[in-house]
Amino acid sequence: MADLSTNFLGIKSPNPFWLASAPPTDKEYNVRRAFEAGWGGVVWKTLGSEGPPVVNVNGPRYGAIWGADRRLLGLNNIELITDRPLEVNLEEMARVKADYPDRALIASIMVPCDEASWKAILPRVAETGCDGIELNFGCPHGMSERGMGAAVGQVPEYIEMVTRWCKKYYDKPVIVKLTPNITDVRYPARAAKNGGADAVSLINTISSITSVNLDTFSPEPSIDGKGSHGGYCGPAVKPIAMNMVAEIARDAQTRGLPISGIGGVTTWRDAAEFMALGCGNVQVCTAAMTYGFRIVQEMISGLSQWMDEKGYDRVEDFIGMAIPNVTDWQYLNLNYVAKAKIDQDACIKCGRCYAACEDTSHQAILMKEGRVFEVDDSECVACNLCVDVCPVEDCITMEQMAPGTTDPRTGRVVSGDYANWTTHPNNPMAKAAE
Amino acid sequence: MTSPTASGIVSNRLPADEVSRNFDDLHPPYDPHEAVVAADRCYFCHDAPCMTACPTSIDIPLFIRQIMTGTPEAAAKTILEQNILGGMCARVCPTETLCEEVCVRETAEGKPVEIGRLQRYATDTLMAKGVHPFTRAAATGKRIAVVGAGPAGLSCAHRLATKGHDVTLYDARAKAGGLNEFGIAAYKSTNNFAAREVDWLLSIGGITVETGKALGKDMTVDQLQVGYDAVFLAVGLGGVNALRADGEDKDGVGNAVDFISNLRQSGDLTSLPVGRNVVVIGGGMTAVDAAVQSKLLGAENVTIAYRRSREKMGASRFEQDLAASKGVRLMFNVQPKAVHGSGAAAEVELEYTEEKAGKLTGTGKTIRLPADQVFKAIGQTLTTDAGLKIEGGKIAVTPEGRTSRLGVWAGGDCASGGDDLTVTAVAEGRDAAEDIHATLMGKG
Repeated sequence: MADLSTNFLGIKSPNPFWLASAPPTDKEYNVRRAFEAGWGGVVWKTLGSEGPPVVNVNGPRYGAIWGADRRLLGLNNIELITDRPLEVNLEEMARVKADYPDRALIASIMVPCDEASWKAILPRVAETGCDGIELNFGCPHGMSERGMGAAVGQVPEYIEMVTRWCKKYYDKPVIVKLTPNITDVRYPARAAKNGGADAVSLINTISSITSVNLDTFSPEPSIDGKGSHGGYCGPAVKPIAMNMVAEIARDAQTRGLPISGIGGVTTWRDAAEFMALGCGNVQVCTAAMTYGFRIVQEMISGLSQWMDEKGYDRVEDFIGMAIPNVTDWQYLNLNYVAKAKIDQDACIKCGRCYAACEDTSHQAILMKEGRVFEVDDSECVACNLCVDVCPVEDCITMEQMAPGTTDPRTGRVVSGDYANWTTHPNNPMAKAAE
Repeated sequence: MTSPTASGIVSNRLPADEVSRNFDDLHPPYDPHEAVVAADRCYFCHDAPCMTACPTSIDIPLFIRQIMTGTPEAAAKTILEQNILGGMCARVCPTETLCEEVCVRETAEGKPVEIGRLQRYATDTLMAKGVHPFTRAAATGKRIAVVGAGPAGLSCAHRLATKGHDVTLYDARAKAGGLNEFGIAAYKSTNNFAAREVDWLLSIGGITVETGKALGKDMTVDQLQVGYDAVFLAVGLGGVNALRADGEDKDGVGNAVDFISNLRQSGDLTSLPVGRNVVVIGGGMTAVDAAVQSKLLGAENVTIAYRRSREKMGASRFEQDLAASKGVRLMFNVQPKAVHGSGAAAEVELEYTEEKAGKLTGTGKTIRLPADQVFKAIGQTLTTDAGLKIEGGKIAVTPEGRTSRLGVWAGGDCASGGDDLTVTAVAEGRDAAEDIHATLMGKG
């Protein structure tokens, strides 16, 4: 039986599944129930400065996009940080941590971008006994208009400055939560590291309008006929999040910086993928908001089964295993040649591969008598579109051509040697092959 | 109240609420969410097999995609452009042997996209809005007589009306609709759908309906050709084949089509008499419709007796299973030998058959079944040749529907070709209308 426990920055938790700072973690009642359900850790809903708390809108806070059966694919929110008094949150956090010493409890914080504000709140947070803090430099809506959240996360200098203050006034781990609403996530990550951050967590939500009401012409969610961009999350954002994680994991300046992965984690498989890209754990929000806390049971059993099948005893055995395989396009092997192959026994003759290839790709699929679809190797560039549109899993596969055989498309013999664009004769910048 | 076990042909075998439930929609309509979920299963196939299988060539992937994107009205127009009786066809088409049989999801997982129900959702949505999506072209001044207001006649008349022609639609019965109105199981056309569809179809304008006018009795083709620029015959098959069994004339022996017709026109199904022991002779859809409805009215024992094997049966496997699920007994390889009883039928004597090299012969071995009601459902025949060339018992027509006589077209069950399906009749009526139009406008 695989050991799912994690030690992230010295913070121990029984499994790598944490609830992200978000509506599900806004109060003691929820967090206790989350821990009872099996979550390994919780990042408490973001705390603000002492004093009158923020107020939320009194209309819809969430918008969504769905699949046909209203399966929620993407969620967007315009909820602000906690709208409950600071002292109430701190008291509840202290109680919960005392009762669940084996679980990770992290305080998420967002206060104005001045040293005094951070100096004031950090000792209060420390008193709760929580295991660390996460700096919310990510929320793209509402708070960013007040110079906080993503407004800080979009300026690397601010990230570094605030992180430095936190390391100065707080002695437990500091995690910097990054916004994806920037052009290159490596800059804020480097800034966090330079400021002394123990880890980064990403991604926060993506600025978004989920839909437009075509009767009222209001964006959704609509508040009295108007809408404001919200933060997008859920399964739809996972590919974006994973790329950003990988960029940080393989950047020369941030390599080795611990990462807590966030963004559309819905199943154990999503979690395993984030962890393979270097995340020490994952944080979940939308999946819990969609299905309730119980989903963590599937995440635990699924990850455990997969690790057993692969022979991984501990999560460290596979964390980061995919990082060496993430590279730049220019280093991809241009001598690797594949062709699509259609399994005629599995084919249900829908013709989607044909329509896709004929209309939008390389005219490399032939439609023969009796709706038999065959690949024309002399046209196939192995683009994979037919695989992607085929409704039958594994019906169409990409088969590598063996070195020494001749590619009927190019007439060239397939080489077994690795060769990339950097040395390709068509590249005006090519370096001479060694 | 009588009961299912009361002998003889009597009414009120079941309580009214049970009869009402029994005759409810066979395939209940989708609600909007169900429709979107069902539509999402469609793969939008290239050169879709379902579309090829549809006798009216409806662009099925397109209309399903239109439902999926929240525009069932546009979906309905896609359907109705090809098949103006798309609403009825959605209910009565044997989709299991047409579009849904070849659906790739049937191939993949044995569960086709439910095309018939989706088609019904689209057409019902449009009709519920009282919308007729087509308009008539400028008047041509041409007049066309369409004889028979069943699926073929209605389809032909509508298409001609859209072209700007004036149509007189004759029918021998007191009501338009043909077999849609008189000849289909009630649970396939609930809430007076056939009549509502006719009214909706006629709202195109330019069609005058003349009921109670039978060809050969109230008018002849010669007369029609004098008064009209073209004639389309869609008179169906008015005769019923005889059993050729002893005792066929006994009380209690009747035509399945008449039973179904009476049932469809009945305002109170509990008042409709039905036997305790019903035997239906035949193997087509009419046999199944009569047998199942007898059972639903409360007959205790209902048997379909078919002279050939199950594989040869005209009714699809779906229909056979439907009958079986309602408690109808299916007997194969038996043919009627005699109806016994003093005055009224009491027993049917069936002889077992065998098929050797395609030839059916009696084995001499017989079985007797109690039978106070016997329905003949062994096919219908043309009642008038109207002086036209006949082929295989039907009016001979070209693929365009032209008969042996210039200016006279024919389609539906009375015409050669086709397979006696509503949807085929619709296609034939439509295509004949196109050919009539082209001919009259000098393009034929």
